[in-house]
Amino acid sequence: MHKTLTALLALVISAGLAFAQDGGGVRSDLTPKDLERVRAVTAPTQDFSRPERFELLPAGAATTKKLVNRDSFSLPSANLSFEQQERFNLGNGFFTKLWVSAPSSTKASDGLGPLFNSRGCQNCHLKDGRGHPPFNPGESSESMFLRLSVPATTAAQKSAIANHETDVIAELTYGTQLQESAVPGLRGEGHMRVTYEDVPVTFGDETVVTLRKPTYSVADLGYGPMAPDVMLSPRVTPQMIGLGLLEAVPVEDILANADPEDRDGDGVSGKPNWVHDPVSGKVALGRFGWKAGAPSIRVQAAHAFAGDLGISTPLVNQSFGDCTANQQQCLSMPTGDNAPGESEAPDPILDLVTFYSQNLGVPQRRGFDDPKVLAGKQAFYEAGCATCHVPKFVTSRKAEVDALRFQLIWPYSDLLLHDMGDGLADLRPEGDADGYEWRTPPLWGIGLTETISGHTLFLHDGRARNLTEAVLWHGGEAQKARDAFTRMTKTERDALIAFLESL
Amino acid sequence: MHTYRKGALWALGLAAGLMVLPAVAAPTEAEVIKTYGDIALAGYEDSLTTAKALDGAIDALIARPNEDTLKAAREAYKAARVPYQQTEAYRFGNAVVDDWEGRVNAWPLDEGLIDYVDAGIYGAENDENALYTANVIANPKLLIAGEEVDASTITPDLIANKLQEAGGIEANVATGYHAIEFLLWGQDLNGTGPGAGNRPATDYDTANCTNGNCDRRAQYLKAASTLLVSDIEEMIGNWQDGGAARKAAEEGGLAAILTGMGSLSYGELAGQRMKLGLLLHDPEEEHECFSDTTAAVYLYDVEGIRNVYLGAYKRIDGSEVKGASLSEYVAATDAAADSELRGLLNASVKTFEGLKERSETVEAFDQMIGEGNEAGNAAVQGGIDALIAQTRAIERVVALLKLDNVTIEDSDSLSNPDAVFQ
Repeated sequence: MHKTLTALLALVISAGLAFAQDGGGVRSDLTPKDLERVRAVTAPTQDFSRPERFELLPAGAATTKKLVNRDSFSLPSANLSFEQQERFNLGNGFFTKLWVSAPSSTKASDGLGPLFNSRGCQNCHLKDGRGHPPFNPGESSESMFLRLSVPATTAAQKSAIANHETDVIAELTYGTQLQESAVPGLRGEGHMRVTYEDVPVTFGDETVVTLRKPTYSVADLGYGPMAPDVMLSPRVTPQMIGLGLLEAVPVEDILANADPEDRDGDGVSGKPNWVHDPVSGKVALGRFGWKAGAPSIRVQAAHAFAGDLGISTPLVNQSFGDCTANQQQCLSMPTGDNAPGESEAPDPILDLVTFYSQNLGVPQRRGFDDPKVLAGKQAFYEAGCATCHVPKFVTSRKAEVDALRFQLIWPYSDLLLHDMGDGLADLRPEGDADGYEWRTPPLWGIGLTETISGHTLFLHDGRARNLTEAVLWHGGEAQKARDAFTRMTKTERDALIAFLESL
Repeated sequence: MHTYRKGALWALGLAAGLMVLPAVAAPTEAEVIKTYGDIALAGYEDSLTTAKALDGAIDALIARPNEDTLKAAREAYKAARVPYQQTEAYRFGNAVVDDWEGRVNAWPLDEGLIDYVDAGIYGAENDENALYTANVIANPKLLIAGEEVDASTITPDLIANKLQEAGGIEANVATGYHAIEFLLWGQDLNGTGPGAGNRPATDYDTANCTNGNCDRRAQYLKAASTLLVSDIEEMIGNWQDGGAARKAAEEGGLAAILTGMGSLSYGELAGQRMKLGLLLHDPEEEHECFSDTTAAVYLYDVEGIRNVYLGAYKRIDGSEVKGASLSEYVAATDAAADSELRGLLNASVKTFEGLKERSETVEAFDQMIGEGNEAGNAAVQGGIDALIAQTRAIERVVALLKLDNVTIEDSDSLSNPDAVFQ
């Protein structure tokens, strides 16, 4: 899509107006003068001859500046106080901790499962970076799992989804997630299996790239057959950096880019996923997860404790994790509740893990002023990538963590849902997100994936083996931008990739 | 970089109405940083001397495995920890040190990666960390992230480049002090009861081998001590004149010194190494969980923090490295602030001397953090409180020297790419 920059500006303005009609508005945390400064600094650049101001530091004052190594995603926001560093470190302690099954000699450490995907957060969130599908067939899927659900068929189910009381209808026996592991004496639910077939793609210059198209199934089912209409959605663990800053982007600034009915006719929607927020009890904008199903880091973390580890927290107080009524033995296992009604992970564990997750710092750019990188940046804008991978926001002055307030950030995401076409579709709706829609993932830090994780596997299920493949998988609303990429010369493509690698 | 001229500081002192003028001329920032670098160099040199002595003791243990050579190696390990832990104050403020530190002092570690463990205590399996019980000493072939790794000979290269953090799991610590500590003491199977690890010397006796693979266990231990020596040699180069860490210290200025002091005090020592233990009451939550020398090691950390502030370090041979200090520099601006911080640093050292004594006469650190041990918990909390108090004084010094707000938006950020939108 060869969108001119003027058109891009027009889009921002018209989307803003459209939203104003919907009763939204302008962020309330700024003085008129600051609002003007924020608008000026976040306007898309038109000058690719040199870097923009502040571009070196994607997370503003929170940007980390240590030497690049495997730990580069595990550092705290650079502007934390000493006391906040302690909270971060304690959170890290719980993030790396291995939980054990109840009962055990250490009461504070038990409650794992009964069904679980992992014994500790860090075991899937490897180095706080991206997870990956199994490297070899039959290998356990460490940092990746399958989400499960069935279509809403009854009136009650449909109404529960429409009213945001729930985001999915659980598979009757297996729940909402396939847990491959279980505590001693209980069976795991089965094993994710993935097979790939080759799909060749030819560029305008005749270069051929072969994509691998995955197919998912479940082997060794532990609790009988699944519902015939079960929907499987594969998910790798996403990178953890900059999450608190994304949480601090004002909702008004996100909705300003929303255009769910595509009123501007550019073929790009941008749809919010409105979800139930268990903290407030109200409906809130979803921001986190591959389909923006979680409204906050705290909610995301509490669901991960419950679903991935089988550990209850005060927010999601399910000591039996994802056990269903059809898994009676699972429901009869001992729990790690420390006292009646008290969760397996009592306060302040969720607070600390939330704070840790909010404050994993974003590393500074490498080569941000390299002419090749700047040329790639221009190609990125001109192909239309920046329409959804929105470069800049300024965080709220009212952000929960003071270190994250009023920072100019460069996540390259609009945090909205987009139809990504048949190729990427999981055909499993989640809340307002349909089976074709995914939330634009932030691109910051993407160039460090190999350094941190030792691989370059991208997208929600790690099917893309490098950034070029990841771009080629884009379809639906991103088809035009993807097609523009395939028409580029090799020099232009290389520059665009160099730009991504500098992020 | 902030350079206060002596005259200006005197004027400032007079303007503030200070009654007591500093007895000595205030040092320049450059002089303070030179002392800071010199103490680092001396500390790493002493760490090398003691690491080489440890390496020699390990040679003797492998050549003649008996209780005496094992005891000598353990003593050499304890001695090696004295100077090394004092250098931890150089972490956090210096990117070169941070980049390197995980190789030599990472913890906690899943020891089942390295050697045999007690399945009853340790748990037989960890579904996600396939290497949790990999036991490289018993297994000459390993599967790491789908790749078969040849471990038929255990070399420094194998443990540093294949096993360390294998599979992206941080607990797969294969190198450094704590790997050596495990190989000398073995698992501490006493929970929060008394006693440390109790590995027999015959674990290295190829003629009367206990627990199998004594030759490979010796290979591993020697590889780890060889690597420790070469890693420390590398860091010494970094602190010599023109070395990368010395240069980073010069660029970081006084702010980096104070960042290192505060981060080690509060987030690392008071937080991750002590408060977490009190929250979990888990005997694994101590820094030296095999040898039960945790309290001693924390004392050396606290001494190291004081060293960099006072600009003085007592070497292992008894001599002293001493020079222009941050303390003098601060005193020239505000004698009361300096006096307060010195007092709190001294109080912390005293508190941690008490903890070390308690650990040697009453109960070890892993017992102190045990659930329901009120007196032990309180002793640990006392250490935490002392560290937090000294960090608050460090923060006041940071504010006093105006080091807390380093970069602001300027007219042309291209001339200063570190500028931040504000």
